[in-house]
Amino acid sequence: MRFRVQREVLAEAVAWAARSLPARPPVPVLAGLLVEAGDDGVVLAGFDYEVSARVGVDAEVVEPGRVLVSGRLLADICRSLPQQPVEIATDGAKVVVRCGSARFTLLTLPVDEYPALPVMPTASGSLPGDVFAAAVAQVSLAAGRDDTLPVLTGVRVEIDGEKVVLAATDRYRLAVRELAWTPEEAGLSAVALVPARTLSESARSLQAGEKVVVALATGGTGEGLVGFEGGRRRTTTRLLDGEFPKYQSLLPTSSASVAVVETGPFVDAVKRVSLVAERNTPIRLSFTDGALTLEAGSGEEASASESMDATLEGDDIAIAFNPQYLLDGLQAIDAPYAQLSFTTSTKPAVVTGRATADTEPTGDYRYLLMPVRLSGA
Amino acid sequence: MSRGPRGERITSVGTGPDAGCTVLHVDMDAFYASVALLDRPDLRGTPVVVGGNGTRGVVLSATYEARAYGVRSAMPTSRARRLCPQATFLPPRFDDYARVSAGVMELFRSITPVVEPLSLDEAFLDVSGAVRRLGSPATIAQLLRDRVADEQGITCSVGVAPTKFVAKLASTACKPDGMLVVPRDQVIAFLHPLPVGALWGVGEKTEEALTRLGMRTVGDLAAVPVDTLRRALGPTSGPHLHALAWGHDDRPVVASEPERSTGAEETFARDVDDPAVIHRELLRLSTRTASRLRAAGHAGRTVVLKVRFADFTTITRSKTLRETTDVAQVVYTTARGLYDALGLQRARIRLVGVRVEGLVDADTAPQQLLLDERPAGWRDAERAADRAALRFGADAVRPASLVGEASSTRQPGPHGPSTRTPSNAPSRTPSNAASPAEPAARPPAAPPGHAALDAARGPRTNGRGSSRTGADPRAQRMQIRGAGDS
Repeated sequence: MRFRVQREVLAEAVAWAARSLPARPPVPVLAGLLVEAGDDGVVLAGFDYEVSARVGVDAEVVEPGRVLVSGRLLADICRSLPQQPVEIATDGAKVVVRCGSARFTLLTLPVDEYPALPVMPTASGSLPGDVFAAAVAQVSLAAGRDDTLPVLTGVRVEIDGEKVVLAATDRYRLAVRELAWTPEEAGLSAVALVPARTLSESARSLQAGEKVVVALATGGTGEGLVGFEGGRRRTTTRLLDGEFPKYQSLLPTSSASVAVVETGPFVDAVKRVSLVAERNTPIRLSFTDGALTLEAGSGEEASASESMDATLEGDDIAIAFNPQYLLDGLQAIDAPYAQLSFTTSTKPAVVTGRATADTEPTGDYRYLLMPVRLSGA
Repeated sequence: MSRGPRGERITSVGTGPDAGCTVLHVDMDAFYASVALLDRPDLRGTPVVVGGNGTRGVVLSATYEARAYGVRSAMPTSRARRLCPQATFLPPRFDDYARVSAGVMELFRSITPVVEPLSLDEAFLDVSGAVRRLGSPATIAQLLRDRVADEQGITCSVGVAPTKFVAKLASTACKPDGMLVVPRDQVIAFLHPLPVGALWGVGEKTEEALTRLGMRTVGDLAAVPVDTLRRALGPTSGPHLHALAWGHDDRPVVASEPERSTGAEETFARDVDDPAVIHRELLRLSTRTASRLRAAGHAGRTVVLKVRFADFTTITRSKTLRETTDVAQVVYTTARGLYDALGLQRARIRLVGVRVEGLVDADTAPQQLLLDERPAGWRDAERAADRAALRFGADAVRPASLVGEASSTRQPGPHGPSTRTPSNAPSRTPSNAASPAEPAARPPAAPPGHAALDAARGPRTNGRGSSRTGADPRAQRMQIRGAGDS
């Protein structure tokens, strides 16, 4: 095997493919990055039994071949190479990387022992890379990070014809995003639970692409698998088992009061006031017509308060939240005005975005946030 | 100085004033045994041994009558039985000890705020701030002894000295039911005749080394130049022991923080390698821990699992939750998760323990609500079980998976009546030793949840072998009364 490739192209591709390599591989070959030179250039691939990543790059292939090298080492080397074309070639059981006057000799791993990468399922549909990345980011922030409840570490992806609904919850908040896409076949209907971390990483790395193809394989034989393809990058991940909580019933159908606040100043105020909120202490919000007062801390410790303009329809309400969860929601709505709907101070609040103070909320994203109960409440 | 037949033990070395002797070391006499006698006055004056009964039970405490036969704490119960077959052997009742201890510590705190509990039955007090109000340290010590006897019905011994170290030696020297004042100018006269082993930090090994060098008493050690000690014992311990030998000990009495953790642990009668048994034990310990938390009005965020293997290797694993909890189900799920994450392949386990740390006041701590929280969740179920336990006994309601286990282990049989020995038996510390001041006013061990209402095995039919609540109706009354106190 022998090929020449641009340094940036190589470094970027290696870094991307190596990101799914396990830190402590269950078998040594999984620490390897597969390098395949063929007629279509060079393909780099990594796999850890859960996630696979595969990327094609343009290269001047002199001699085709297939080799497995330590992914971590190759990624470190590529990152540090000077800005000159790189030549990679096999030399017996070794691989030689040349760039300018730098020369590296790497050992190879037994390529025959490398497991077959999962086959990309048939495409289910597609959508623009930036839309996909934004929607996934809005939802995955609400996913659980605690492995004791594996189901909650996933994003539920529900496909219903031309509509996709993404949902995630960690039991403290629930984020739901609806978006349109282009299914491969009309009337397609499917549900899958995708690990949130891999999903958001994949979506982020594919956002530059004009089109991301989503390929879902659920049911049937074997375990569920989802693949994402954009540009020449392709990644697959195993789906999570288990049933995602039935969240529809959690979404309140009515509210006692609705507040509208300008998002930017609200976010700044929450950040300021919550500086005195020690770990696990809430930020307290009191809405009256025309004003919102934010408070945190207690008399015994540091405390802070701030007031700002807000409109309120319905009953006055005082409610407390974990400051970070509130911030997550306010930042995720990605809208100039935030609408907060309340039922009572112990029932979930719904955060949605408004384009202006007077327009109806944009209904495609909802962030449901459970309050903190204060002592004596 | 007016009470008790052992009044003559209340002495002071020399006749100097006790001014400056502001450190008191108070040590309950044969604490567990004394508490046990509160319920069994008929056994007063007879040898009584409190200890675990299983094949691995050890003596936790013995009355002085039993000690006369050579029975000592931490000796295997089986050995104690051989030494003193006529003794009455009682199972430990940690809830009672915690309750009495809480009463004693509260009494201490009414005398001075500077109370440093060492365990359930021992504490240092700095009374320098109370002298003007209550009189000289010796007067305070006597007052304290009288009040402990009056209010709790047990005796204690008090060492009064200028330093912690001397106060501790003094209380040991005047045991039981005594008091010893060591004035500042008598410290050296008191210390120097003692064997070197009396010094803090001198264990068997060091004592051996010192004896080999010809130092048998504290006085011998004091006479050796500090440089020589440094060479013989190392750069830290040499000068340290030299200072102690001359009565120098500048550690202050530090008022302890309110308790920081609550937990329970269990030594198995035989090493266990069955994950199902471990899981069940974790559930039982979590249940006990959570009900203690609720009884004390606490909630904690960090769950700690402790596992001791057959070879005594001990590991702990902890997980900090996002929210504080006092719910047995949450503690259990977390502890079980930690245990499962160890990935043990039928390792033989000697002891497991569950502890909750990072305690806060449950009522004032803000509580992050859950989206899927049912109006009546686990917490409510467990609180209901607490109330049931108050009326019908600690085992009235408990997780169904513990019902069968309980019936098979609580009934004393001919061989190893119990797969359970008292918590922490080998170390003679009750499971909440880290928290001597726990106001365990309410009977804990009110298991939660999806409980089998276990009326048939209520307190009245419960075997006497139970280490938590006896069948003794008197014990029931006491617990209920205790609950009223909280």
